[in-house]
Amino acid sequence: MEKGGFSPVGLRVLVVDDDPTWLKILEKMLKKCSYEVTTCGLAREALRLLRERKDGYDIVISDVNMPDMDGFKLLEHVGLELDLPVIMMSVDGETSRVMKGVQHGACDYLLKPIRMKELKIIWQHVLRKKLQEVRDIEGCGYDGGADWITRYDEAHFLGGGEDVSFGKKRKDFDFEKKLLQDESDPSSSSSKKARVVWSFELHQKFVNAVNQIGCDHKAGPKKILDLMNVPWLTRENVASHLQKYRLYLSRLEKEKEIKCYSGGVKSIDSSPKDAEVNSGHQSPGKSSFVFSGGMFQKATETDPKPLASASLSDPNTDVIMPPKTKKTRIGFDPPPISSSAFDSLLPWNDASEVLESKPVLYENSFLQQLPLPSQSSYVANSAPSLMEEEMKPPYETPAGGSSVNADEFLMPQDKISTVTIQDLDPSAISCMKQQEFSSNVTNNTEAILRSLNWELPESHHSASLDTDLDLSCLNGDRFLANTGLYFQDYSNSPSLLSELPLNLWYGNERLPDPDDYSFMVDHGLFIS
Amino acid sequence: MDTLIAQLQRQFRDYTISLYHQGFLDDQFTELKKLQDECSPDFVAEVVTLFFEDCEKLISNMARALDQTGNVDFKLVGSSVHQLKGSSSSVGAKRVKGLCVTLKECCDSQNFEGCVRCLQQVDIEYKTLKAKLQDLFNLEQQIVQAGGRIPQVDI
Repeated sequence: MEKGGFSPVGLRVLVVDDDPTWLKILEKMLKKCSYEVTTCGLAREALRLLRERKDGYDIVISDVNMPDMDGFKLLEHVGLELDLPVIMMSVDGETSRVMKGVQHGACDYLLKPIRMKELKIIWQHVLRKKLQEVRDIEGCGYDGGADWITRYDEAHFLGGGEDVSFGKKRKDFDFEKKLLQDESDPSSSSSKKARVVWSFELHQKFVNAVNQIGCDHKAGPKKILDLMNVPWLTRENVASHLQKYRLYLSRLEKEKEIKCYSGGVKSIDSSPKDAEVNSGHQSPGKSSFVFSGGMFQKATETDPKPLASASLSDPNTDVIMPPKTKKTRIGFDPPPISSSAFDSLLPWNDASEVLESKPVLYENSFLQQLPLPSQSSYVANSAPSLMEEEMKPPYETPAGGSSVNADEFLMPQDKISTVTIQDLDPSAISCMKQQEFSSNVTNNTEAILRSLNWELPESHHSASLDTDLDLSCLNGDRFLANTGLYFQDYSNSPSLLSELPLNLWYGNERLPDPDDYSFMVDHGLFIS
Repeated sequence: MDTLIAQLQRQFRDYTISLYHQGFLDDQFTELKKLQDECSPDFVAEVVTLFFEDCEKLISNMARALDQTGNVDFKLVGSSVHQLKGSSSSVGAKRVKGLCVTLKECCDSQNFEGCVRCLQQVDIEYKTLKAKLQDLFNLEQQIVQAGGRIPQVDI
């Protein structure tokens, strides 16, 4: 990754698509743009790769529809954990889908088929993001005077009863600063490393602030920022993180809806289903609320709970009560929880259990360090261009591209293709069809479609693509093969649908018109 | 020999144009050809092979789903056809793609008869295209073997 000026050359792109055809095409196209391409057939694998090399990619391009994970979900993860620009792709250009993409934070939405010119300019998203972050960070400045440090300390250490010396404060600040920079590049300065990395600590502060604001419907970035008291953080940083957080929570909400809670937590209100999550940022922070009590209530709480602590030895019993009850928050009186989108996030069975589980919840979803449990089964693959090994076997790696089953199409050098053109009349066709008999009945699909009430005509077999076609006398677009000699069996053809007789295809009792003739003859001759 | 090459080249050109005119292929196929270069001389053939494999698999899935009499999972069929639509758009299989749209509509309206009919047509279409492209590639082979160059065909 170049340090100085920005250049699109060598942009590190991760392409995620379950369609092997598109994956191959996109890889080729991106390479032609002089990008460095990594391909991936599964969303989970993509996430694993991204987490493994946190600074290994500049941009992610992903399809919306994937079997193992919704593309929007992947988008969410990437945005939250890694803050990389993500471009969505789909063959479907419906407004609602595009909107969903934008709402989930996609920086662009491309429609398939994708053109070279669209890929040539994707680097702008990377540059834009960098510039934005540099502006954000530098805007606040790192030149902390004593004031700054004091404020910082206040946020961190006050209320903890800790006696913190100036020296220690300074060290902690440096540590925090380092944490917040890209971990793979510890020497980078703020001007070079523009990305705001939401470390666990930072995110915890964020959540605490959010919870503190709680059911106040205006849990806006400004307020959160104020509460967080992280000087170099900007409103924009918080706003974008808030957006992602809301999406994440609303998604969790949906998942939790089906779980039951013995703690008496009611299922979530339906209103926060939209992207605009209102002030119900309460329960995810329920356990952390106690932290927040320790952290941000400057003078009211003397509970010295460290931010990262996962368990509270002596939780405030108020906190554990089902969210419906009032007076669970220090500092304000929550109204009845009508908009508690996040109440259902955590099972409230047991206090310690709850408190234990919450940070883990965050860690798994938000933070970079911990991979999802499902990741462990994947084998690390360092090939620059890889197809997920869990992809279907026929699809081989692009690196060994020539080993793809192209021989169906590429005639071996020694086979000269010949085709004799015949003008076959209709009767000859049906005769031929009767003659060309092959039972591929072992094929399951065949049986299925047969059972779907289709009459089986005089059965014929499949046209093999290994046929030798003599092209010596092509006749415009009427291109017929001498099927008598050249048909061979498909070993794996599900050639069931085409077993219909011609008349059934066209829904009439007679053979088709001459106009349809050549087309249909082609069918009859070339397919089974 | 030259005459043969010229003849083959003309045939190749004519055949290619006819495929476009008859709606078998669209400009995405042209784009694929542009991507082919010395680094990947068989690029188009490889991509097209992948596509047809995908076709086979998806059509088979859909047939199976439709076969569950009384309990047809139209959603599954719908998602498969969506995949096929995406796939066909990758190689410029215009007719296949068009049929996918129709099939999707049948799925959405849970029109069993329509789905069956459509799927059958999709099967026919992709096989037809497969055969035609095979012929095209064969022509290319012949040209090369005769010592000629494969002409650039502008649609």
